[in-house]
Amino acid sequence: MNNIQKNRWKDQAFKFWGIFCTMIGLVLLTIFIGDILIDGIRRIDWDFITDLPSRKAENSGIYTALMGSIWILALTTIIAFPVGVAAGIYLEEYAKNNKLAGLLEINISNLAGVPSIIYGLLGLEVFVRIMNLGASVLAGSLTLSLLILPIVIVSTREAIKAVPQSIKDASFALGASKWQTIWHQILPASGGGILTGVILALSRAVGETAPLIVVGALAYVPFAPQSPMDEFSVMPIQIFNWISRPQAGFIENAAAAIIILLGITFIMNGIAVYFRNKWQKKWK
Amino acid sequence: MEITMENPKKKDVVLDSIVDTSLKKTPKIETKNIKVWYEEFNAIKGISMSIKPNTVTAFIGPSGCGKSTFLRLFNRMNDYVDGFSLEGKIKINGQNIYKKNVNVEELRKEVGMVFQKPNPFPKSIFDNVAYGLKIQGIKDKQLINDRVISSLKQVGLWEEVKDDLKKSGLALSGGQQQRLCIARTLAVEPSIILMDEPTSALDPISTAKIEELIFQLKQKYTIVIVTHNMQQASRISDYTAFFYLGELIEFNKTKNIFTNPEKKQTENYITGRFG
Repeated sequence: MNNIQKNRWKDQAFKFWGIFCTMIGLVLLTIFIGDILIDGIRRIDWDFITDLPSRKAENSGIYTALMGSIWILALTTIIAFPVGVAAGIYLEEYAKNNKLAGLLEINISNLAGVPSIIYGLLGLEVFVRIMNLGASVLAGSLTLSLLILPIVIVSTREAIKAVPQSIKDASFALGASKWQTIWHQILPASGGGILTGVILALSRAVGETAPLIVVGALAYVPFAPQSPMDEFSVMPIQIFNWISRPQAGFIENAAAAIIILLGITFIMNGIAVYFRNKWQKKWK
Repeated sequence: MEITMENPKKKDVVLDSIVDTSLKKTPKIETKNIKVWYEEFNAIKGISMSIKPNTVTAFIGPSGCGKSTFLRLFNRMNDYVDGFSLEGKIKINGQNIYKKNVNVEELRKEVGMVFQKPNPFPKSIFDNVAYGLKIQGIKDKQLINDRVISSLKQVGLWEEVKDDLKKSGLALSGGQQQRLCIARTLAVEPSIILMDEPTSALDPISTAKIEELIFQLKQKYTIVIVTHNMQQASRISDYTAFFYLGELIEFNKTKNIFTNPEKKQTENYITGRFG
């Protein structure tokens, strides 16, 4: 075998190894989703979505957990979006290259790696106890906001970094102030990237369980929250609760709830992809 | 006195400038012993020059000689560069533009800039030209409309784009994009236009159009242009400044620089013997 043949063989070998590795993830995910669908798809109907939780599996629904998740998602968006984007803009456009900015940058990267349960403990201490918010939707949202802030900040910075310097130069040279340049040029140009990052961060938040359990979200709540100060449950906690029950009916409920939760995540990711593509086209 | 006696050529220049200033008021741009540092690097090593109104001045010199840095001082575009520091005075219309209370945004309305690579905003042709007015808070639609049209006419783009004002500025060809960028600058009504190698990314035909445009714009504006193209400098400029390693080697009428340079270095550079 000469050198060229050897290289060609290596090339082929690596290609198949790559295909194999890609398939591992996809096949496992397909098996998992298939299994869940078989278990739970029959259970999903309108009643399942609108029923309150019950001791009997066949009467139970996800209404309170679903509404809890929607409340959490909405409040987390309202809190994390402006704070995270503003922090990202500050770090990228204003605080360049001083010691404080460097320190902040390292800390934010580290925060992204902190286990979510630690955020839960922080939320319990600061929001539930010190700020006396109790085990409320607001406390849970604030906790999840902290959790996803690093992701929002980092993706905002990446999106802003991708705006060409020539555009900023042109804006400044026409007499635009820094804020005008950010508002009229940088944000419109990086909006797609920022939105994508925020949505992906939120779709992570909607699946979080541990920090909310620590904050005090309940497995059983008789009513859907009516205000930010109400008690709440969320989908993952409901699923966790059902799975830990012995009766077969609750296992079926859990599978059905997982399908709905996955559906929500897929839709959110789909929206993120849509925005990304739409904004990319604008640049062509 | 003795020097002028020994060197009649220099005497001519001195007399010439006296006559010029008496005819044409004060210089538009005046720099005194300008020194620029980037961190420890001394990019400009003490340059004094004055630029007369309604002239085209070309900055030439090899890459890294400081000509772009010097140009960008006039609208304070170096302010954003890390480690930038400046010594000396720059006066535009008689005012020191690096004084503490100077409004940089106002300065940039007076001193427009065109860049090396055409850089239209990812907006419509109309919005590109109107941008400078809109950020000034001008809401008068009629005024904006008139200004956009007259700016596009000035750069000779109106006939080409009048039916597609809503089309993206990025959809134009490179040469059209650069003229759009010039129109965008004119819309703000500056009195000085800085051009940093405005044709280096363009084909010869687009370049010729821009050069012709520069020639026309001279009537109303003072133009300073950085160029690597020696023919371009000799074609379009009234004055030429030759920079080398952060110093101004020679600054004179373009005719003199290209036919009878005083310094050996200038001659070597324009004849292509180094650079």
